[in-house]
Amino acid sequence: MRRLFGNISTGVYLAAMLGFIYLPVVILVLFSFQRGMLPVPPFEGPSLEWYERAFSNPRLMAALGNSVIVALSSSFAATLLGFLAAYSLARRPPRYAGSVRFLLMAPITVSYLIIALGLLVVFNMVGMSKSLLAVGIGHTIINLPLCFAIIYSQFGDHHRNMDQAAHDLGAGDLQVIWRIAIPIMRPAIFAAFCLAATLSWDEFIIALLLSRFDVTLPVMIFELLRAGLSPEVNAAGTIVFAISMSTVAVAAIAMLLWRGGKR
Amino acid sequence: MIASQMLDPHRPANGPAGPGVRDLAPGAGWPLVRWLTWPAVIFTALFFAAPLILMICVSFWQRTTGGLEADWSLINYAKFFEKDFLVQALVNSVEVTVLVTAISVLVAYPLAYVLAYRVAGTLQRILLLVTVLPFWTAYVVRSYSWLLVISEGGILNQLLMGMGVIDQPLEIAYTRAATVLGFVHFFTMLLTLTIFANLVQINPSYRKAASDLGASGFGVFWRITLPLSMPGIAVGAFLTFVITIGDYITPQILGGNAEVLMPQAIMLQIGRAANFPMAAVMGTLLMLIVTAVYLAAAKHLKMERL
Repeated sequence: MRRLFGNISTGVYLAAMLGFIYLPVVILVLFSFQRGMLPVPPFEGPSLEWYERAFSNPRLMAALGNSVIVALSSSFAATLLGFLAAYSLARRPPRYAGSVRFLLMAPITVSYLIIALGLLVVFNMVGMSKSLLAVGIGHTIINLPLCFAIIYSQFGDHHRNMDQAAHDLGAGDLQVIWRIAIPIMRPAIFAAFCLAATLSWDEFIIALLLSRFDVTLPVMIFELLRAGLSPEVNAAGTIVFAISMSTVAVAAIAMLLWRGGKR
Repeated sequence: MIASQMLDPHRPANGPAGPGVRDLAPGAGWPLVRWLTWPAVIFTALFFAAPLILMICVSFWQRTTGGLEADWSLINYAKFFEKDFLVQALVNSVEVTVLVTAISVLVAYPLAYVLAYRVAGTLQRILLLVTVLPFWTAYVVRSYSWLLVISEGGILNQLLMGMGVIDQPLEIAYTRAATVLGFVHFFTMLLTLTIFANLVQINPSYRKAASDLGASGFGVFWRITLPLSMPGIAVGAFLTFVITIGDYITPQILGGNAEVLMPQAIMLQIGRAANFPMAAVMGTLLMLIVTAVYLAAAKHLKMERL
């Protein structure tokens, strides 16, 4: 009896917490299907008119394209740099390995705003204009610690033996990386890439400060917000949310399956 | 080993004891591998460390009509502390950040505890995933979504008025409470993850031993579980602190212009005032605060183990 009561109260508590976590999302998605002009109750719908508006808004679509470009390229760069560094530190740790790890992880302890501010000052000085490339560089910096940490944490000693065996059998460094290390680390590499892509996809302040005309989607949504609440923002927000949610879900499932397979 | 000795001319087959032992270290003799940290190190140095150092330098420089002049002085810092609204922004930021960090820990801990000890197996994994999934998603959109919930005609006010709890809509939107709510919602997910990861690593025999020795349920929690879960709290709270104190979008969307936090004040300096040295002063001050907090929490923090 006590056990049953415990289970019920645990269930109620968890439901309440999940309700708190998902409340804003549910409201966002629900009122993206609103028929009227305002995304507040009463709900009249469902209607797809605001999605049609959003998809036929050329500025919004251009921003979506920019976001995809920046997310894919900055996560590719961060995953590549992070993998190489993690591999090197795991296999051939130099004496100053601690300092290297510290430097690579340091960007995580600094606000994006300050990273953006620093880059803005540098780009101003060297005369580089605000652009999508500048945003991509900023996003690579914030993604690199994440990619490095995820991949580094998955390098174990048993992998080292496989690398050593390949070396002993005459494989060169590049062959070992390409044919042993990358295939073994594929789930971690994939998860790192997906999480980095969502981080970049959502990032706002670096994108705002380092771009001028070719803005990304979060910046565009922020600009739309200045006109006040609108179901069009809900629709655009739902698109952003759905894309990043599915990317994270794919990464998480890949990691879970991989861990499950290892046991 | 013998094969690798033959393939690697630098590795002596019968070398003297000292270097010979070092050569047995796994990974020795891979010529290319040791260089592979350099791309990441150079990239981070060039686009993270150098800009940061330059920003600190700029905070000591002067603004001229043509741009910046490397005329070192503390005058920008003096100007910052002379201006009440800038100092107030700093105070507001620290207050909001401490409040957010404390509330988030208090909200997240029970959730992490229940997930770690009251559910198990596949259900546990699914619930954890579902709990932290929105953390990774839609940063700007999330603040906006809370605005929908708490705005004057929003669902919360309509619900409360419909139930007759209140006559007038609550003015939550565009206040500090709204900013704190948005942040707490966001960081509950992060802290749940770090605390959960810590709780499931605690050896269950410690708790069993304590209760066998006569500790009450609360005694076990207070003297065993809580102290052992401090690292998880520390990592999550530190990240919460860092992100909150530097975040622009949440106070801008949810807090409005009722009060200005540091990031908003920095944006005003960059934008309207085009005053880079003052923005750099404020950025440097934020970094000093974060560094102080990091040093205070350093013994609990193992960032790369996250």
